[in-house]
Amino acid sequence: MGVVFMAIYGVALLSFCMFVGVYLGDALGALLGVNANVGGVGFAMLFLILLANHGIDNGWLAKKSQEGIAFWSSMYIPIVVAMASLQDVVAAVKGGPLAFAAGILAVVVAFVFVPILNKMGSDNNSKNSKCSNIN
Amino acid sequence: MDLAKMFTQVFVSNGLVMSFLFIGIVTWIAYKLSDFTKGRIHGSAIAIILGLILAYIGGTTTGANKGLASIPMFSGIALMGGGMLRDFAIISTAFGADLREIKKCGIPGVLSLFIGIFSSYIVGVALALMWGYTDTASLATIGAGAVTFIVGPVTGAAVGASSDVIAISIAAGVVKSILVMIATPMVAKSIGLTTPSAAMVYGGLMGTTSGTAAGLAATDPKLVPYGAMTATFYTGTGCLLCPSILYLATKMIFG
Repeated sequence: MGVVFMAIYGVALLSFCMFVGVYLGDALGALLGVNANVGGVGFAMLFLILLANHGIDNGWLAKKSQEGIAFWSSMYIPIVVAMASLQDVVAAVKGGPLAFAAGILAVVVAFVFVPILNKMGSDNNSKNSKCSNIN
Repeated sequence: MDLAKMFTQVFVSNGLVMSFLFIGIVTWIAYKLSDFTKGRIHGSAIAIILGLILAYIGGTTTGANKGLASIPMFSGIALMGGGMLRDFAIISTAFGADLREIKKCGIPGVLSLFIGIFSSYIVGVALALMWGYTDTASLATIGAGAVTFIVGPVTGAAVGASSDVIAISIAAGVVKSILVMIATPMVAKSIGLTTPSAAMVYGGLMGTTSGTAAGLAATDPKLVPYGAMTATFYTGTGCLLCPSILYLATKMIFG
C-alpha cells in the first residue's frame, strides 16, 4: 500500500533540500552583512544531487519517489513562462535610453566573456569536451 | 445573476489552477507557432516572449507593476510564476545533474561571478557618466542596476541615491534580464554555450536568475541546472560588492 504515496516522498525530499539550502543562503547573507540570500538555491541543488544519488544507490529512493521530483522538473519551463508574464516590462520600456543602454551593453559584454572563460576552463581540464551528453 | 462576474470569480478564487490552464494554453500556442517556423525558433523561446508580451499588456491596461497578474482575473499567475515555485522548480532540475561536471568547472565558475559583476558595474557607471551623472551615489546605483534589478535598489538604498536614479537602476536590470531570456538561444551556438561547464560560466556572468533560467530553458533544458547553480550566487555577491568595494572604488575615482 506504500507504493500509492511514494511520489510525495520525492517531493518532500525536494522541499527539504529547498529549506535547508535557502536557510543556509540567508544565514550566509547575514554573516556577510548583506540583506540578501547568497546562493540558497545553489546549495539546495547540491543537496538534492547528493541526497538523490545516495537514495538511488542505496535503494531508499524508489522509482515512484523519483517521479515526484521529475514532475516538478518537467513543470520548470511552464513556470518560467508564468514568471516571464509577471515581469515589469512596462517599467523596462519606460526606463528610458540610459536603462536600455546599460542593460543591453551589460549583456553584450557578458556574452563576450563566455567563450573566453569557457576556453580557460577547458585548458585547465582537457576532458571538458566530453561534457556535452549527460543525462 | 451576473454570469460574467461569476466566471471571473471562479478564476480568482482558484488562481493557481487557473494559471495551470492558462499557461498550458499559452505554451501550446507557442509550440504550434514554433512548428510554423519549422522549429527554427524553439517553442519555449516563443512561450517566454508571449509571456513578456502578456506582461506588457497587463502592465499597460492596469498601470500596476505585476505584469499580467495586475489584472485581477489572472492574479493566480503570481503564485505559479512567483519566487517560491520558481525556486522549487529550479532546484528540481538538479535531479539528474552530474556532480562531476560541477566539480570540473570550479575556478572559471567562481571567476565568472566576479567578472560578470565587475564588467556589468563598469558598463553601468560608464554609461551613467555619458548621460551626465557625476555624483558617486548615482553612478554606483546605476552601475549596480546593470548587475541585476535587485542589486540596483539595494545599493541605491545603501548609498542614499535618489528615487528616480533607483528607478533607472531597476529598469536597467529588468532590460538585462529580458534581453538574456530572448538573446541567449540566438547566440548560444556562436559563444559555445553547449556544455555544462559553459552553462555554469554563463550563469555566473549573466547572474539574473530569471533571465539565465529562461534563456537556458529555450536553448537546451539540460543545461538549466548548471547555469542556475552559479547564477544564484550572483545577486548575493553583487549585493556584497556593489555598496562596499565597488562604491568605494567609484568614490576614489570620481568622488
